[in-house]
Amino acid sequence: MSTETVKAAAHRVCETTGLSIFLKAQFFVKINAVLAVIFLLVGGIAALLLALTRWSNVMLLNDIWYYRMITLHGVNMLVFWIIFFEMAILYFASTTLLNTKMFSKKLAHVSLALMVAGAVVTNYIILKGQADVMLTSYPPLEAHPLFYLGIILFAVGALLVAFNFFATLYIAKKNKTYEGSMPLVTFGAATAAIIAVVALLHGAAALVPTFFWSMGWMEMMDPGVYRLLWWGLGHHSQQINVAAMVSVWYFVATISTGAKPLNETVCRGAFILYILFINLAAAHHLLVDPGLSSEWKIWNTSYAMYLAVLASMIHGYTVPASMEVAMRRKGYNKGIFGWFAKLPWKDPGFSAVALSAIIFGFIGGITGVTLGTEQINIMAHNTLRIPGHFHATVVGGTTLAFMGLCYYLVPLIFQKDFYMKKLARIQPWLFGGGIVLMSFGMSFAGTYGVPRRTYDSDFGGAILETGFDPIAHIFLGLLGVGGVIAFVGLLLFLVLIVTAVFFGPSIKGQKMPTWQSAREQKMTDDLISIGYEEEGKDYHIKTPGTIVLVLIFLLSFAIYYFANWAALADLWHIR
Amino acid sequence: MEKEKIHPIQKLMDNIWLLLALGLAIPILSYTMWGLIELMNIPQGTLP
Repeated sequence: MSTETVKAAAHRVCETTGLSIFLKAQFFVKINAVLAVIFLLVGGIAALLLALTRWSNVMLLNDIWYYRMITLHGVNMLVFWIIFFEMAILYFASTTLLNTKMFSKKLAHVSLALMVAGAVVTNYIILKGQADVMLTSYPPLEAHPLFYLGIILFAVGALLVAFNFFATLYIAKKNKTYEGSMPLVTFGAATAAIIAVVALLHGAAALVPTFFWSMGWMEMMDPGVYRLLWWGLGHHSQQINVAAMVSVWYFVATISTGAKPLNETVCRGAFILYILFINLAAAHHLLVDPGLSSEWKIWNTSYAMYLAVLASMIHGYTVPASMEVAMRRKGYNKGIFGWFAKLPWKDPGFSAVALSAIIFGFIGGITGVTLGTEQINIMAHNTLRIPGHFHATVVGGTTLAFMGLCYYLVPLIFQKDFYMKKLARIQPWLFGGGIVLMSFGMSFAGTYGVPRRTYDSDFGGAILETGFDPIAHIFLGLLGVGGVIAFVGLLLFLVLIVTAVFFGPSIKGQKMPTWQSAREQKMTDDLISIGYEEEGKDYHIKTPGTIVLVLIFLLSFAIYYFANWAALADLWHIR
Repeated sequence: MEKEKIHPIQKLMDNIWLLLALGLAIPILSYTMWGLIELMNIPQGTLP
């Protein structure tokens, strides 16, 4: 190949990784990442206001602004922040990692313009007060047509990025810019892109007719059909996050510790299980919908979906296991967890990703599979337990992993260094800790029956006496305190990123500054460049620490799962 | 030079277009089409 293709396109060679970074693609990585962070701020401000409203002793907003902010928060966090960032990952994974230029710069500009226009229009109409319909916008709730149009424009733009990504994969393969199978991180990004295509097609099927309805051009769509199609967008898009997040885990595990996947075939197999089965999980949202049969619900949320859960457990083992192997290879062999203590915890990119994996697996994963069980779901549906679950997956998992990646994007792509490194070291802990508290607060308040999406948890002004056990209000307070801590962590992240990107010292022509000691960094560099094969030792199968972690995880899973069945038996006596 | 023999599973894993097709087909059949068929076959409700 290949060298011609590389030479033909303007590029630079990364001093740290030795990878070719194509300048056109680099622009789109940068601009998408910057836009993502801007919308993260918008969604984060709304999140703080919501946390201070659900905190029942504070109740900051009035009801109108509560629903406006919940719409703003959902759209910016679940759609704009995350998808803009994922677009940056697609450009990076398809060009730099495959050593090829992007397929079409014009297409990239068009998709960027559509996405920006869509995001701006949607935010404008929400803040104008003409779209207080929440992210789901279930009919007969009706928003201004610009709300639907904005999301449609954004989705079309994202679909064009996915097309550009697949076309880049095609030209890379045709030009033989890489040998053998594509790199695992790119394969993970391709998994995210495939899931994105499915999600965006469902989004079009739900939102285009709803847009026509809002214009008065057609009848309202049947609410049951809308819910089925909309969750094909709403939940599928969270699976894009899962695939992208796992790809980030693999990338950061390599760059921070020198880890290599234990068995690439198994890891790829797990990604394929995502491609085939993870989208069926959208049925979780419809478990109490009367129009769908138990066969449909149980097949989609259990039998088939558990194959995707298996995939997450494979990744959940292989990522820490690969790091354990790397750390033992460096000589950290003391006991079962000696390697764990010596991981590069001072590197905020690493600690963010490690916390992401722990929060995603131990809180998000366990609660998700349990709440997705049809029988148990009846206790939890539409309670705060549901946001308690997905804030652990989408925020504690995906957002924290993407924050971790930013600690590498800034030096590697923007070629800038950070100020305030001591604060950077605590930022992932602050944000992750806040999210864990908030998730616990939501989950436990939800177990007392506190509903999600409801302005006044006590139903003030209701004719009959209502309300919840006073303990529920303590957990709502925990939700609020956790939300405030997480917001401080988010704000700190933004300050660190903005000061580095716009005012940070340039490191052009230099290697990325290390967060580790020089000795540690040399060992990591050696593992990446030289590899593991030395002295005839086989380190690839010795992962006792990870096995113990896996057993702790499975035990936690079993306890939580059966505790919920016990709670169901208490609630629903069968004689 | 003799061409290296590639395992069929590996070929499947490397065929992104086949994975794209399967990734579209399975959820659309299992979740969307099946769900739509069930919803479309609900008899019209009548007022009491």
